[in-house]
Amino acid sequence: MSYTTQAQTSMEAAGDGSGSEFLAFTLGREEYGIDILRVQEIRGYEPVTRIANAPDFIKGVVNLRGTIVPIVDMRIKFDLGTPTYDQFTVVIILNIGGRVVGMVVDSVSDVTTLAPEQVKPAPEIGTAFDTDYLIGLGTLDERMLILVDIDKLMSSSEMGLIDRLAA
Amino acid sequence: MTIDMSQFYQVFFDEADELLAEMEKLLLALDVSAPDSEDLNAIFRAAHSIKGGAATFAFTDITEVTHMLESLLDRIRKGEMGLTPEHVDAFLVAKDVLTMQMDGHHHGSSVDQAAVDSVCQRLKALSQGIVPDTSTAAPSPSVAAAAPEPVAAPVVDADGNCRFRIELPDVPQKDVDALAAELGLLGTIVQETLDDKRAAFILTSGESQDNIVAICSFVLDPDDLKITYDAAPAAASADTVPGTPAEDPGYGIFEPENGPAAAPQVPTAAADAAAVPAGEVKNYGRRATDREGGSQESSSIRVSVEKVDQLINLVGELVITQAMIEQRIAALDPLHHERLLNSAGQLARNTRDLQEAVMSIRMMPMDYVFSRFPRMVRDLAAKLGKKVEFVTRGAATELDKGLIERIVDPLTHLVRNSVDHGVEMPDRRTASGKNETGKLVLSAAHQGGNIVIEVSDDGGGLNRERILDKARQQGLPVSDSMPDSDVWQLIFAPGFSTAEVVTDVSGRGVGMGVVKRNITAMGGTVDIRSIPGTGTTIAISLPLTLAILDGMSVRVGEEIYILPLGYVIESLQPAAVDVKEVAGQGRVVKVREEYLPLIPLHQIFAIDPQFEDPSQGIIVILETEGKKAALLVDSLVGQQQVVVKNLETNFRKVAGISGATILGDGGVSLILDVSALLRSSRQLAADPVFF
Repeated sequence: MSYTTQAQTSMEAAGDGSGSEFLAFTLGREEYGIDILRVQEIRGYEPVTRIANAPDFIKGVVNLRGTIVPIVDMRIKFDLGTPTYDQFTVVIILNIGGRVVGMVVDSVSDVTTLAPEQVKPAPEIGTAFDTDYLIGLGTLDERMLILVDIDKLMSSSEMGLIDRLAA
Repeated sequence: MTIDMSQFYQVFFDEADELLAEMEKLLLALDVSAPDSEDLNAIFRAAHSIKGGAATFAFTDITEVTHMLESLLDRIRKGEMGLTPEHVDAFLVAKDVLTMQMDGHHHGSSVDQAAVDSVCQRLKALSQGIVPDTSTAAPSPSVAAAAPEPVAAPVVDADGNCRFRIELPDVPQKDVDALAAELGLLGTIVQETLDDKRAAFILTSGESQDNIVAICSFVLDPDDLKITYDAAPAAASADTVPGTPAEDPGYGIFEPENGPAAAPQVPTAAADAAAVPAGEVKNYGRRATDREGGSQESSSIRVSVEKVDQLINLVGELVITQAMIEQRIAALDPLHHERLLNSAGQLARNTRDLQEAVMSIRMMPMDYVFSRFPRMVRDLAAKLGKKVEFVTRGAATELDKGLIERIVDPLTHLVRNSVDHGVEMPDRRTASGKNETGKLVLSAAHQGGNIVIEVSDDGGGLNRERILDKARQQGLPVSDSMPDSDVWQLIFAPGFSTAEVVTDVSGRGVGMGVVKRNITAMGGTVDIRSIPGTGTTIAISLPLTLAILDGMSVRVGEEIYILPLGYVIESLQPAAVDVKEVAGQGRVVKVREEYLPLIPLHQIFAIDPQFEDPSQGIIVILETEGKKAALLVDSLVGQQQVVVKNLETNFRKVAGISGATILGDGGVSLILDVSALLRSSRQLAADPVFF
């Protein structure tokens, strides 16, 4: 189970004193953080090619320098805010286990380093994300980051991005 | 039926060279006390492969040596015999001999038969458990004879003359005399007789070795000559008296005129030669080979498939970039930008050429596969007592290398089947009024974006009743009213065989299922046509290559899809009266007195189309697996070559879509999976594609 290991490694990385780095982004009014090492690049939104009969949140596919990359809109997936597509719309290109996926979010703020003591276990309620996909909550001064286990989320059957194995 | 095998020699030589090099590497790395069984197996396989290849091309001498090598290796790898350093030495010598033989066949250089015999004896002795005394057995007789020849650089005397030692093969005395007279014109010559009655000359001349060879070649085959530089002290040449009696026995260096200086050289030279068997002492023929070998090596290189694929991908990108540039500059004013437009035109041509050149790297002629069959058919027919004429057609048709390698096994099976089950015995053929010689045709041809390979015989044809009976016995769901084509497909069911007798050729029923599976895995289809009493044709249809396809772009609503051109027969706008509703079955379109099911693409992909009515849109007639259908789209956009990109690299499989490609404007377009669309157009419409 690669994603479990991933969750553990991010926790362990957080435990070595140096802390780990998270990319902070917003969806609606909440602020989220994902492991910076999973982020390949951040791009503007480009017109996509729609995929027939795919769920709403899968916007379609784009050409990223010769690679066909699916784009998912987290705002639609988690029903946060109204999805608008303009020059300010941001796509985070993730590289998860060799698979490249684009994720549309409201905005990207910064990269923050969180020490292990700043990461608290996630409560059972209160976020759009299932707690299974959360690493914990990061507190940074007055801000609170919801730390998402992006590997686990993107590999999940709920996202439907990857063919279920032997299902 | 004669096929010029020589065109495949190069492939064999390349492979054999590689195998020999591999073998040597493994042998040298082998730990004699505890040999790795994997390594032994690898060495064995190398020997076996060379043997197989050599046998195919009827290089019997190579086959003999490899056979001995192989049997000895086989005993060692099976643990019947322990590995000793003597074995390894013998193997290495055998490898050298094989290399020599290979060169002999390849470049026509001479082969030291004595060395071959010696290595064979040595291998034989070893496999009988005798460990020969290497110091005596290793150097072959001829090497031993040549042993006293010191290996030395040409010794040039004060007059710029060299001393050559020319050993002649066994030729009549009058030839020897003629040669002596000719060579005598070049310089001073001394004739002598070798132990085995052959003649040898010592020539002191300012001429180059090549000239000497040229002169000798008037009288005898230069490959049989052995010319070496005589290492006797330069002073000796001056002392050599012209016309020294021909019956003077012994070697040049023993000549009394040489004085005491030469004497100490003898033991050293002999010892050297013994220590380095066959390695350093080369006759003229070998030397020539080495030179030719140098230029031969560059004529082909072996590159890993990944590198080629990477190249193909990059060229694919380049093609897209070029198309983008072309699209952008199309808007420019040709008057103001004439030079830019010219350059762009040049770029377009170059890109196209480059693409073709790169794609051709992966392409190989079907000959590569077909060439194995004539022999097989002949042997099989002889074994079964049948008479079969074997014909191949379209052997020059090219196919992707990856596919060509995978087609060999299924095709072998089909050909075997045709000979065994298809073609009848001569008496039966005569009885049914046919020529007693059966005909088996293997053909390949391009058809659209596919290559169609057919194995066709004029035998008895498939027996519908027997297949149905057999299918019932095996509990397969069949009915008497099944169409022929469905009945024929039954033979692909696993474990199905209608042969009355299981022979060692075929009939065990494992084959056809595997054939079908292999071909489906390559993205191909198998089709059977059979007429009782007239014959059977099995047609395999395969995609040419998997990387680039000719596509037709069609528009539905806002979306543009690519249809592989190979499936497209025609496109037209039907008249409203030709579209008919079939209750519960959707709509059909009448095209040239034929009713084709209508597949509205917008319905399958849930798109808002521009036109719902087929008489306003365009229908594209598609054909696959012998079935036709009409695909309703809004409009045709154009035709272009597209680079097939895998959608599944980063996404999942999408029903009805076989891949994606990048358009000239950088956007992505999806490639339709025509077979899937036609196969299940109604299910696709009924079930959600994405769940």
